[in-house]
Amino acid sequence: MLGMSANSVSYNEQGSVESGVDAAQENSSIPGSISSGGAASSLFSADYKKNEDLKEMLESNKESLKLEAMKRIVGLIAKGKNASELFPAVVKNVASKNIELKKLVYVYLVRYAEEQQDLALLSISTFQRALKDPNQLIRASALRVLSSIRVPIIVPIMMLAIKEAATDLSPYVRKTAAHAIQKLYSLDPDQKEHLIEVIEKLLKDKSTLVAGSVVMAFEEVCPDRIDLIHKNYRKLCNLLVDVEEWGQVVIIHMLTRYARTQFVSPWREDAVFDENSAKAFYDSEEERRVDQSKPYIMDPDHRLLLRNTKPLLQSRNTAVVMAVSQLYWHLAPKHELSIITKSLVRLLRSHREVQYIVLQNIATMSIQRKGMFEPFMKSFYVRSTDATHIKTLKLEILTNLANEANISTILREFQTYVKSQDKAFAAATIQAIGCCATNISEVTDTCLNGLVLLLSNRDETVVAESVVVIKKLLQTQPSQHSDIIKHMAKLFDNITVPMARASILWLMGEYCEHVPKIAPDVLRKMAKTFTDEEDIVKLQIVNLAAKLYLTNSKQTKLLTQYILNLGKYDQNYDIRDRTRFIRQLIVPNEKSGALSKYARRILMAPKPAPVLQSAFKDRDRFQLGTLSHTLNSQASGYLELSDWPAVAPDQSVRNVEVVEPVKETGAPALSKSKHAKSNEKFYSDSEEEDGEEEEGSNSEDSSSSSSEESVSESESEENSDDSNKSSSSQSEKSSSESDSEKKKTLKNKKPQQQKLDSKDRKQKNGNAVKVESRSESESGSESSSSESSSESGSELDSDSDSGTDQKKNTKPKPVQSKPVIKKVEKKEVSLLDLDDFSPVPVTTPKSSILSPNLLSDLQGLLISPTASALQASSPVFVPETSHELLHRMTGKGLSAQYRFTRQPCIYGNSMVSLQLTLSNSTDQALENIHISEKSSTGQNIHRFNAIERLEPQASVTVSMGVDFNDSTQAANFQLCTKEDEFSVSIQPAVGELLLPITMSEADFTKEQGKLVGMNESSATITMTPENVSSQSVNRKVVSVANLGVIPSGQENIYRFSGKTVSSGSLVLVSVVLKDPDAVITINTEKTVMGSMLLRQVKTALTNSGP
Amino acid sequence: MIHSLFLVNASGDIFLEKHWKSVVSRSVCDYFFEAVERATEPENVPPVIPTPHHCLINVLRQRIYFVAVIQSEVPPLFVIEFLHRVVDTFQDYFGVCTEAAVKDNVVVVYELLEEMLDNGFPLATESNILKELIKPPTILRTVVNTITGSTNVGEQLPTGQLSVVPWRRTGVKYTNNEAYFDVVEEIDAIIDKSGSTITAEIQGVIDACVKLTGMPDLTLSFMNPRLLDDVSFHPCVRFKRWEAERILSFVPPDGNFRLLSYHVSSQNLVAIPVYVKHNISFREGSSQGRFELTLGPKQTMGKAVESVLVSSQLPRGVLNANLSPSQGTYTFDPVTKLLSWDVGKINPQKLPSLKGSMSLQTGASKPDENPTINLQFKIQQLAVSGLKVNRLDMYGEKYKPFKGIKYMTKAGKFQVRT
Repeated sequence: MLGMSANSVSYNEQGSVESGVDAAQENSSIPGSISSGGAASSLFSADYKKNEDLKEMLESNKESLKLEAMKRIVGLIAKGKNASELFPAVVKNVASKNIELKKLVYVYLVRYAEEQQDLALLSISTFQRALKDPNQLIRASALRVLSSIRVPIIVPIMMLAIKEAATDLSPYVRKTAAHAIQKLYSLDPDQKEHLIEVIEKLLKDKSTLVAGSVVMAFEEVCPDRIDLIHKNYRKLCNLLVDVEEWGQVVIIHMLTRYARTQFVSPWREDAVFDENSAKAFYDSEEERRVDQSKPYIMDPDHRLLLRNTKPLLQSRNTAVVMAVSQLYWHLAPKHELSIITKSLVRLLRSHREVQYIVLQNIATMSIQRKGMFEPFMKSFYVRSTDATHIKTLKLEILTNLANEANISTILREFQTYVKSQDKAFAAATIQAIGCCATNISEVTDTCLNGLVLLLSNRDETVVAESVVVIKKLLQTQPSQHSDIIKHMAKLFDNITVPMARASILWLMGEYCEHVPKIAPDVLRKMAKTFTDEEDIVKLQIVNLAAKLYLTNSKQTKLLTQYILNLGKYDQNYDIRDRTRFIRQLIVPNEKSGALSKYARRILMAPKPAPVLQSAFKDRDRFQLGTLSHTLNSQASGYLELSDWPAVAPDQSVRNVEVVEPVKETGAPALSKSKHAKSNEKFYSDSEEEDGEEEEGSNSEDSSSSSSEESVSESESEENSDDSNKSSSSQSEKSSSESDSEKKKTLKNKKPQQQKLDSKDRKQKNGNAVKVESRSESESGSESSSSESSSESGSELDSDSDSGTDQKKNTKPKPVQSKPVIKKVEKKEVSLLDLDDFSPVPVTTPKSSILSPNLLSDLQGLLISPTASALQASSPVFVPETSHELLHRMTGKGLSAQYRFTRQPCIYGNSMVSLQLTLSNSTDQALENIHISEKSSTGQNIHRFNAIERLEPQASVTVSMGVDFNDSTQAANFQLCTKEDEFSVSIQPAVGELLLPITMSEADFTKEQGKLVGMNESSATITMTPENVSSQSVNRKVVSVANLGVIPSGQENIYRFSGKTVSSGSLVLVSVVLKDPDAVITINTEKTVMGSMLLRQVKTALTNSGP
Repeated sequence: MIHSLFLVNASGDIFLEKHWKSVVSRSVCDYFFEAVERATEPENVPPVIPTPHHCLINVLRQRIYFVAVIQSEVPPLFVIEFLHRVVDTFQDYFGVCTEAAVKDNVVVVYELLEEMLDNGFPLATESNILKELIKPPTILRTVVNTITGSTNVGEQLPTGQLSVVPWRRTGVKYTNNEAYFDVVEEIDAIIDKSGSTITAEIQGVIDACVKLTGMPDLTLSFMNPRLLDDVSFHPCVRFKRWEAERILSFVPPDGNFRLLSYHVSSQNLVAIPVYVKHNISFREGSSQGRFELTLGPKQTMGKAVESVLVSSQLPRGVLNANLSPSQGTYTFDPVTKLLSWDVGKINPQKLPSLKGSMSLQTGASKPDENPTINLQFKIQQLAVSGLKVNRLDMYGEKYKPFKGIKYMTKAGKFQVRT
């Protein structure tokens, strides 16, 4: 069956193979459409034999023969010959062990699979197997071929393969997956939605290899989904330098488009650039404006893009240099534009084709900004060896650059060009001279005289072009130039080019009043030669006659009638028509009535001078460097560059981790890159929680590699000062017990608090929480929070009575302890305040919000990092749950709650940091609240300083430290007031006795290897389905124990690490998902803690719910 | 991106085609052939040719047109740069990039093109990576392959693809460790009729041939880095280090590569090493023209000017030239009117000259344009800008490499207007 069909195919194709290249090409586009009979095939039996020969070779057992056959077949394909009848024989070798043979078969398959869809399906299983191959090169090439086979039936298989490859460990395979996305999209656009999901995933990829390809896929499949870029924007900017050069081009173009939608214009709004104004003018203009209006401040992200692309101007790849140049052109403030000039001029040294494109772009730029290229004018001087299109472009640029100062140099240069052997170029030069003459009034006369001299040139094209240009020039200022018109009339007999003759005649007619003696004579001559002239000349003769008739009918009446009679019987109907019309118009008779009265006004109306303008004017409506710009017409798939938004969209959407610290602002002491690194991990994971919390409804938010909390380093540094100040002032104020003072403090906190309130309410309503509001509340800078408040304005309205709200909030209440995952209660650690840091209330739990970045920076300074591998990091998650220490009933009105802050304790390295909230629910003030000196158990406790007075209904928060000695034994102590003593105890959960650390995946595995046997405890559990996602696993584990999350290369393995607070022993937790089971392994020297922790993690992971 | 590629030879035959997406009929090239016909010279073919459904972007190298078919928006330089990279790769593999070489190695060409683009987007263009995937054909390897049945195709993903230094392969071993650097400067100049310089600038490159074992980390510093006004680097050069210290620090690719291209700031006066005295005139009414040309050394810093070649496109009216050179040989092509004179070395004691007469078409009027003279020359052991390499150091490896630095000055686009 198979053989039969193969045979028939081969018969059908016989004719085409022989009947030459063109026919073969036709056939290949319409496979099997030619039904040549058996007779035809026998005619070309020689060729038939030849392919038969190849078939035999392919079916032989010898590898070398097969390879030889494939090489010959590839040769046929390369020549464009049809080799499709060999399909069945070739496809059998798809599983060959010989890699070269296999590759050649791939080449063949990709070429012909579309035409032989049924047979192509035979090869699919081979690729599916190869997709699982341990060799990444084989996996990748299998995916490449599979996705290149344009057979619609396998779309689902392709989709599956792409999804799998997108999570492959090898970045090379992931890159191939990104390419495959575009292939599948072009094969079946219905897959768009699924493909966007894959693109979204791949955009988060941190590999430089993948970045370019996935952005390419993004541009092709969903360029309008700009929201997918937000979270990856900073990453892309920072990776850019290391991306391969082709990817750079694509990313830069995409980012240009992105930036135009997200940032406000760095250009002064109404400083429209006038072509003729010098650069100094702009500068002064800008300065003036700065004084007038509020200064423009560039978005740090905007700056980031400009800064990170700048080094690429030094790339050896011309496309990259051009891409950066266009980015600067479209995005940079005008005064920064000059840095691209040198690089663009450098490109002119490259190949002729590169020159062509670069010159085109320079031409467009030079119209608007001649100052940019003026110093490099000499680089645009034409050489006789340049190609014509290069010469014309250089001429264009020189014309654009001409100004009063340099025009003489340019005109001297033009003079050489006019003498060029390339006449088309000489003609273009004359036009350029005409342009200069109109643009720069000082030289108009000089140019005109020069052009007049050219009228005696021997070359006709030069003369003709000169006449045409002179005509245009004269139109602008005719009165002074009657001698030029006379001169031209004298030359008229020698000029044969019709266009030039017509132009002179038109000039005569138009300005016949300036040359009253000559014009009629010219008409006389023309009447003689009328029949021999070209059509355009004839029309102008009729025109001239009519005009002279109106102005000087005495001398020309007869001549005019003669010419009109000649025209009446001309062969060309245009001329006959024109003649008839003119006659009716100018010769008064009974029929012509109304119109002839106006004849003079019609014919002798002043005509506007033609505008000589560059072909490159307004070309910048297209993005520079694009194909559309080159063609000056919109190419398919061109993506419009939008105008700057009037108001910048929310900036916080881009808040993600920063790969490289942005060194924009100062405070270098705090910006240690190592800390920044650990921050990233910290944030990215906490973000995952958030994603989960938000029910994954918002695609922007569910990103796992990014976090909304983190602010770019620069921002946080800026903020750090503020928050330091404000919070220290807060602590001072709240320590004093006057009510009025307190209110003030609360007022300070208001914006943030409002934020939280609105969030609270939202959560109650079951809505997804807006990311923006969250991130702003975290960053704590006034400006950003005010901005976000405007965004979520409606929610704020109800908070207008915030004063009372606050009061309620500050009271300890059950609402707070509800297990809502929220990042609040950052205890403030300030270097400056450290000495006099007293256990006075820092802030109320709800309102102590501090930029997390700052905190971790400070932390890094406080704790001397142990080894580089064991970098202490900030907690991933801080639970809000407070535990009851003392009930108000037992405490006679004094109630106390404690919670674990999960921060390193500032009182001692081996202590666990705790926060105590004390409230007075009596109606009189409580005095001298303190912890008694004697401790019932052996723990070392750092007490808080005694609180002298606690007003009724007031509460304070203090912090203390307890050294639990790495055991869960409760710490018992006495909480005393002036009158009473209460025994209380704090029972820590095992997870609170840890501090998170970060380490690399490799280090983790290494350490894990050391802690085996007794030190390892593990358990297998069955996961509830809702817990399987990466976010939920991470969230569950870090909520149970204060551990750091280790970024994992594998999808289904989660690793966490920490150390015990007292002894600093490592605690390593790993969770391996094996659907539906999960294996939890805990490695630590502290075996007791290990098993306890295991139990807790187990419970957490098996429980469903938040 | 790039849909298909056609290779067209000088006589207008398509001798190779490759498609990365669905097949585009080669009849699309008809638009290209039309453009070729319209252009008077092969160089005048516009690089970007729009057609109703596609767009053709072509580059001309070694008398072969590489015509890429584009279907949608793509930066044209992207395609052009890639096509040039393809040609460079072919040259790297086969020594030359001629029609014969491509046809002889059609399988390797196809394998290369397959690796270089995936779905029209560049996949691997770095020579070191490609050479690991597809080994360049050598006679020895061909023989070995036929006997042992081994192949030219690598089975593993090249190490460079995933590394941070994709331009260098791992496990490089040499018995003789050598690093050679050639500083080559070109003078671009336009000299006017009277012999004064209209424009002159110096462009330079540093080409390297590095054959070093392992992962060497090199630094190269200059005596006078301020001269370098505008530079472009091979990706291996650490840009930050250059910005801060003006030192080239890099892990070199294996083999030949261009480390740096630079432009010498235009403030510096350029020493023009050669002068040309010329007298080319046509008399009105006579069918004869005079032609006199004398070359002499100018500012050469005592170095000899070698490999001098003069060429000039004479006016169309010139029928023939009857000239006698004092040294070297000259040719005149009556069809293209191209005069070229291979001078050789300029001897300052005895200046080379070319004198004689040109015959014009009888009756034709005297040509009103004068031909420009293009000059080529070489000066060994001289970087005309004065750029000097200070030192070259190697880190990261223990052995002592052999280091060499060579200077040379050449004429770039050097024209004398008459």
